[in-house]
Amino acid sequence: MSLLASALAWLADPDSWSGSGGIPTRLLEHLAYSGLTLLLALAVAVPLGLWVGHTGRGSGVVVGLAGALRALPTLGLLTLFTLLLGLGLVPPVVALVLLAVPPILSGAYAGIANVSPALKDAGTAVGMTGGQVLARVELPNALPVILGGIRSAALQVVATVTVVAYINLGGLGRYLIDGLAVRDYSRMLGSVVLVAALALAVDAVLALVQRLATSPGLRQAP
Amino acid sequence: MTTAPALRRRLAVPAAGAALLLGLTACGSGEDPLAGDEGSATDAAGTVTVGSADFPESQIVAELYAGALGSAGIGTETSPGIGAREAYVGAVQDGSVDVVPDYSGNLLLFADPEATASSAEEIMAALPEALPEGLTVLAPAEAQNKDAMVVTRETADRYGLTSIADLAEVCDQLVIAGPPEFAERAYGLPGLEEKYGCVPRSFEPINDGGGPLTVQALLDGDVQVADIFTTTPAIADNDLVVLEDPENNFIAQQVLPLAAQDRLPQEAADALDELSGKLTTEDLVDLNRKVSGDEKMSPADAAQEWLSANGY
Repeated sequence: MSLLASALAWLADPDSWSGSGGIPTRLLEHLAYSGLTLLLALAVAVPLGLWVGHTGRGSGVVVGLAGALRALPTLGLLTLFTLLLGLGLVPPVVALVLLAVPPILSGAYAGIANVSPALKDAGTAVGMTGGQVLARVELPNALPVILGGIRSAALQVVATVTVVAYINLGGLGRYLIDGLAVRDYSRMLGSVVLVAALALAVDAVLALVQRLATSPGLRQAP
Repeated sequence: MTTAPALRRRLAVPAAGAALLLGLTACGSGEDPLAGDEGSATDAAGTVTVGSADFPESQIVAELYAGALGSAGIGTETSPGIGAREAYVGAVQDGSVDVVPDYSGNLLLFADPEATASSAEEIMAALPEALPEGLTVLAPAEAQNKDAMVVTRETADRYGLTSIADLAEVCDQLVIAGPPEFAERAYGLPGLEEKYGCVPRSFEPINDGGGPLTVQALLDGDVQVADIFTTTPAIADNDLVVLEDPENNFIAQQVLPLAAQDRLPQEAADALDELSGKLTTEDLVDLNRKVSGDEKMSPADAAQEWLSANGY
């Protein structure tokens, strides 16, 4: 039996879908880790990105920081934080938040910073305060770019949450790591297919959100 | 906005990843692409080529072998880091290396997956028969590197643990950590249950092969028992207790040379037998500490120190 066929057989096996180690449980764990990571990353990166984009202060620092964070290997961070903090949910989530922050931060900053100055000036000219310009002019105009950053982060997080199975957590990565440990390549490939499908599904949902959230005035290509 | 070409590009990335994975797994199941095509290593110069697997301990022992052969006046070359067992056994068979260090139990299971021998003596009795044509093993060292159930001194004292048989009585209160394969392999949870009736409260997979994360989890008390290799320096460094295994759940893993039957000269075999007679598990722990610990000594330098201290 070819590897692909045996991977499909693993996916089709009812045993793979039942019990505490079954695919539905692992899928929910995977989504829970991903969701928690993204929420924390959004809470940190969106306000910071908006502030930097709006004020223009510290943009050099933010761009440099986002670039530097992208270079950090998540598995290395996971190992480091686990050695420092012990087993548990905190070390992998911190490592994953550091993965998710750069694209969200860059998107938020770049989205706001690249809104046409003429629009901002127009907002100020009709008597808007700085906060009103941000909320009513910059944010709606920047929303497609900001959501693009969030989509990019979500895609990376859903794919990378697999590494939490390196320590004693669940998620779809469990099949990948356990399968490798016992050279069960069909289980590994089956789980990879699941992770890829999940990542695409999440991206499709966010693409829809991005489309719906975009102001009609921005939809026409120039 | 999402245009059709952009969507296609995004779809292409996971597809390429899947293709890469297929390629990788294909490599893993095949033979070492670097092995072969080198002809017999002993031919022209009459030198013996010592290979090793791709982890530090194997490279250290290979350097010990090379040093012992050298001091017996035999020309040697080393070919370190060949790969996993499939690769280095293949390298001995095709003549690119003449001898590699191996572990008796795992070598037997590689040669004969159905083998049931578990004690050191049974394994050495079964090995010559099981090995493929043209391969032989020399005398094993006392040194062993095998999986073991390890607890902290505090846990051992609290429950009065000296062997896994003692552990069995309190197993349901304890959490065991080990590499993921421990959950499924015959020597892992299935073996503990079958041989000792030990079913732990839970099993926590940690994928670092009994490395720092596993040791840390044990020291932090996140887990009470861990599967750690017997030659890990952290056992002595942290005063951990290795539980005895009276039922031989973890089969013996003596260090021994796996050699090409026809190509290894008799004086080389004698030199390796003499070296194996001296090598203990404690020696391996010390050598591992020098190479993998803070000193970061090279396998060759660490081996040279041991050889000097042992009269070579």
